[in-house]
Amino acid sequence: MQALTNRRKEVGREPMTFMERIYIPSILKGMGITFSHLFKKQPTIQYPEQKREFSPVFRGLHVLNRDEEGRERCTACGLCAVACPAEAITMEAAERVEGEESKYREEKYAAKYEINMLRCIFCGLCEEACPKDAIYLSETFAPANYNRKGFVYGKDDLLIPNPKTDPEAYAKAKGEPRTNN
Amino acid sequence: MSEQPLFKVTIDNITIEVPAGTTILNAARKIGGEVAPPAMCYYSKLEGSGGKCRTCLVEVSKGSEKDPRPMPKLVASCRTTVMDGMEVKNITSEKVIDARNGVVEFLLINHPLDCPVCDQAGECHLQDLSYNHGKEGTRFEFQKRVFKKHDLGPYIQLHMTRCILCYRCVFTADQLTGKREHGVLDRGDHAEIATFIEKSLENEFIGNVIDVCPVGALTDKTFRFKNRVWFLKPMDAHRDCPTCSGKVTLWNRGDEVYRVTARKDQWGEVEDWICNTCRFEKKNTSDWVIEGPRLIDRHSVIAQGHYAGSIGMNKPNETFKAVHNGREPKLLMDIHSVSNVNRPEITLSKLDRPAHSSDFKPNQD
Repeated sequence: MQALTNRRKEVGREPMTFMERIYIPSILKGMGITFSHLFKKQPTIQYPEQKREFSPVFRGLHVLNRDEEGRERCTACGLCAVACPAEAITMEAAERVEGEESKYREEKYAAKYEINMLRCIFCGLCEEACPKDAIYLSETFAPANYNRKGFVYGKDDLLIPNPKTDPEAYAKAKGEPRTNN
Repeated sequence: MSEQPLFKVTIDNITIEVPAGTTILNAARKIGGEVAPPAMCYYSKLEGSGGKCRTCLVEVSKGSEKDPRPMPKLVASCRTTVMDGMEVKNITSEKVIDARNGVVEFLLINHPLDCPVCDQAGECHLQDLSYNHGKEGTRFEFQKRVFKKHDLGPYIQLHMTRCILCYRCVFTADQLTGKREHGVLDRGDHAEIATFIEKSLENEFIGNVIDVCPVGALTDKTFRFKNRVWFLKPMDAHRDCPTCSGKVTLWNRGDEVYRVTARKDQWGEVEDWICNTCRFEKKNTSDWVIEGPRLIDRHSVIAQGHYAGSIGMNKPNETFKAVHNGREPKLLMDIHSVSNVNRPEITLSKLDRPAHSSDFKPNQD
C-alpha cells in the first residue's frame, strides 16, 4: 500500500534488540521532545486575564440598538424571530402611547424581547433579517453560568446604554476603536 | 344564459375553453398558477371592481379568430372579455413584465413601506407584488402623501398612507351593507378613503373591508400590534351565527384566539362574508367549533414552521409515562419562571386595543 505520509513506521514482530530492551534511549528521546516544547511559543492563552482579539466578523452576543437620540430601534416586526433557525427569539409588541416618543422610535415597539442563548447558534440571520438596524451581534460571547435561567436574555440585558442619558456607559460599551487594520 | 357558446382562448400557450363573457383574468385563473395575472383591485365577489390598479395588464397578441390583429396596447385583463381564438401573453411577454414593474413602482410611490410596523405584512398583496416585480430602490425624491387621521370606529383602523385606492372597500360597503357610509373623497393625489363627517361605521358586515383590503390600509383594531401573522396558527372553525355563515379562520397562539378572519381562497378572496360579531366579539376558543388547521400556501411566510394536513394535528405519542410506570417527566425548568414573554396571566388577545406599556407593568423586568 502506498504510504500517505513519509512518517509511516513499519511495525514488526521480531524480538527487540539490546538497545531497544534497555529503554533508556527511547525515554531520553521522548523527554527531549517534551522539554523542547518549553522553549517554543505557547499556543494557549490565560483566558480570563488575557483575551484573544476577535475577528471583525465575529458573531457573538446580541445587542439591541438605539438611534442617535437614544430611542429603541426595534419595532417588534418579528423578522428576526422568523429568520431564526433555532427559534431562540420571542417578543411581544406594544403600541407607543403619548409621552413615550423619546423612548421608542416608531409607533410600535417591543415591550418584551427575549433571546434564549441556550438555543441561539450565533448564525447572525437575525442581524441580516432586521429591517431597522436594531439587532447586532457583538464581539463578545455569552458568559458562562451555573444554571439555565441566566441564559434567557431580556431587553435589559440586550439593550445598549442610552447615549443621551448615560453617555459614559455608552462609551464604555462601545469600547476602544480597533487599531490594527 | 344557458346556451352560452364556449370560446377557445390561449393564455401563455395554454388553451382553455371558457364561456363567452368571461374576462381574461378569470380564464387565466381557471388555468391557475403563474399564468393568472396578479390583481390588486379586482375582486370576483364585488360587482364593478377592477380596472383601477393596472397590475393585471396582459398583451393580446391575437384579437380573435375572425380579427387576428393584436390589440395595440396592453389591456387590463380583469375588464377585457375573451373572444374566440384569442391569444394572450402574460408572463411570456416582456412588455407585460416591464409594464407591471412600472405599475408597481407607481403603486409604491406614495406607499410608506412601513411593513415592519404594519399588521398586514405577511399577507399583503402589495408586498407579494413588490417582491416579484419591485425595484430595490426608488426614484421618487419628494414628500410622500400625508393625511389627517380619521377614526373609523372601535373595530377598524385606517392607515390612509398605505392605501392604493383600489375601491374594494367602497364596493364592499356599498354592496354588502346596503348603506354606504364611507367612500373616496377628493381627487387625484388627495383622494382618500373616509367616512363622511367621521361617522363610525356600524353595519353588521362592515368588518369585511379588512379582509378585502389588499394592503394594510384597513386593519383589525382588536388585533392591532398584538402579534405577527406568521407566529399565529390559522385554524378553520365555525359557529352557529344567526347573521352570517359563521365559517371563519381563527388565528391562534396556543389556546388564545388573536384574530378572526373570513376564509380566503387561493386568490386571497373571501369565501364567505362574516359578520362583525364573529370577527370582533368571539375571541374565545370555546365560542368556536374547530375543524382543523387551515392549509396555507407553502410559499407564504405564514406557512413557515407550520406543517400542513395530518402532521400538524397529530400530537407526538409521549412514551415517557408508560416507560416510567406513570411518572410524569421532571421539568428541569418552567419557561414562565424565566421568560417574560407570553406570561400566562397576561392575555393580550382579550384586549380590544393594542397593548400599551401599562399592560406589562405588574411584572416589569
